[in-house]
Amino acid sequence: MIEISNLSKDFSGFRAVDDISFSVSPGEVLGFLGPNGAGKSTTMKMIAGFIKPTSGKVRVMGKNVRLRPIATRKQIGYLPEGAPLYSDMTPPDFLQFVGRMRGLGKKQRGDAIADAMQKLELASVAHKRIEELSKGFKRRVGIAQAILHDPAVLILDEPTDGLDPNQKHQVRQLIKNLSTDKIVILSTHILEEVSTVCNRAVVIANGKLLADNSPSELQAQSRYHQAVTVQFPQDVDIANVKNLLETLPSVGVAEVAHDQPRRITAVAEQSVENRNRVHEEVAGLLGMQGWNNASVYVETGRLDDVFMDITGGQRS
Amino acid sequence: MNSCVSVFRREMYSYFASPLAYIFIVIFLMLSAGFAFYMGGLYERGQADLLPFFSFHPWLYLFLVPAIAMRLWAEERKSGTIELLLTLPVTTTQAVLGKFFASWAFVGLALLLTFPIWLTVNYLGDPDNGVIVASYLGSWLMAGAFLAVGSAISATTNNQVIAFILTVVVCFILVVAGFPLVQGAFRSWAPNVVLDAVSSLSFLTHYLAISRGVLDLRDIFFFVLVIITWLIATVLIINMKKAD
Repeated sequence: MIEISNLSKDFSGFRAVDDISFSVSPGEVLGFLGPNGAGKSTTMKMIAGFIKPTSGKVRVMGKNVRLRPIATRKQIGYLPEGAPLYSDMTPPDFLQFVGRMRGLGKKQRGDAIADAMQKLELASVAHKRIEELSKGFKRRVGIAQAILHDPAVLILDEPTDGLDPNQKHQVRQLIKNLSTDKIVILSTHILEEVSTVCNRAVVIANGKLLADNSPSELQAQSRYHQAVTVQFPQDVDIANVKNLLETLPSVGVAEVAHDQPRRITAVAEQSVENRNRVHEEVAGLLGMQGWNNASVYVETGRLDDVFMDITGGQRS
Repeated sequence: MNSCVSVFRREMYSYFASPLAYIFIVIFLMLSAGFAFYMGGLYERGQADLLPFFSFHPWLYLFLVPAIAMRLWAEERKSGTIELLLTLPVTTTQAVLGKFFASWAFVGLALLLTFPIWLTVNYLGDPDNGVIVASYLGSWLMAGAFLAVGSAISATTNNQVIAFILTVVVCFILVVAGFPLVQGAFRSWAPNVVLDAVSSLSFLTHYLAISRGVLDLRDIFFFVLVIITWLIATVLIINMKKAD
């Protein structure tokens, strides 16, 4: 359990984190979202015990991070922003160092290192120095270091930054597999990562907590939630389709995809309570017009859209 | 304690993972022998002692030791690894001590490798080996004081060059505190008590006393105190100024 209460941090006159409170229970994977400079990293640094809060407190497994720094750090695996590593070491030597610092015995350390190297597929670079590795490998060494002692709490500051799509997928899978009984807090710029990995999303901007929901609840706030997209296999008079769709009572506006003149999305009227009606009405219209070959799907909502709404137009 | 040892080992690893250690040791050995033989006239003096060898150590350390000390913390700040290190279960004091002792042991190793010069004087004559052992100890203690100063200065910046230059300057002032250069700045206005206090801070005075073979506990205590003071300063600086 992590409890954060009224946490604030000032840096010479500028408030980086402003009165944030939330708590995280085991099994939760919390995605930290926010524009650059929102205070994500600062908050994570305070949870990890690197910097002290100006006011408020952080409790990890019931212990105050400030008063019991060593006891709380033992419970935490932390990947700092940018994955800093001792670049003159090889990955196994570096993990040996971290394992020793974590107080793992020789046998235990060997097993933990072998396991982490295998999970993050580091065997091929075992003999290279970290400074010679690519960005993706460095990030994976950073994650290996964080999970080495099988911590109850994992704090990962942008764990997939710099990874290629396959590696991103692997790391997400790894986090998912880890997380059944652990607390995971990760920050990211990639919104789809939140919906695939996290079961909770916290949005902060300018140091303030703006939203705390499940990713699907966040998606439901999108104007595209339950919007219906129609894709035609043949060329159609899309302007006509747009007019027809917009005459439907539940549809507010129909948007033609800019890269795809055969695709159009019918967005629900804002006042419409039951957004399911959009799908029914669109399906009815298509049947009436004889466009039975068009494919129709219902949108869940676009997170980046919600994100921009919440943070006041600042992109992640 | 264990974390302290782990930090110590990692520091040692990084000295020998790069050419730094080898370059430092080779240059230290060449310069210390060169100074002793050519400038100190070790051979021509016709006396079986190592005074010419040891008397150049303060000046040798003045440039070589800050080169070791500058990376202690500035590099951690520059690369961001300070955040990694200080979120592991280790106190700042343990980390500071681990790093300091690694650098001190490393300089100690370089000092030990000067043993051929000791063999030489023993071959040529019959030196007072007690004085030589005392001198080695004094030299090592003084190196520790230089390193502790460098550690604190290195903790203030993420720029190793700045750390190097400032450490050289501060160490120079501390070495010559008993000399007219520093004393002159105080003589015109400060009372004698201050003059004496400043003069008693001089590394050189205490070092020369030890290397003459007079093992006064106060001289040893002086260096130990200097080391402890500057290491406490290092801990305070790091705790105050973590994120940069």
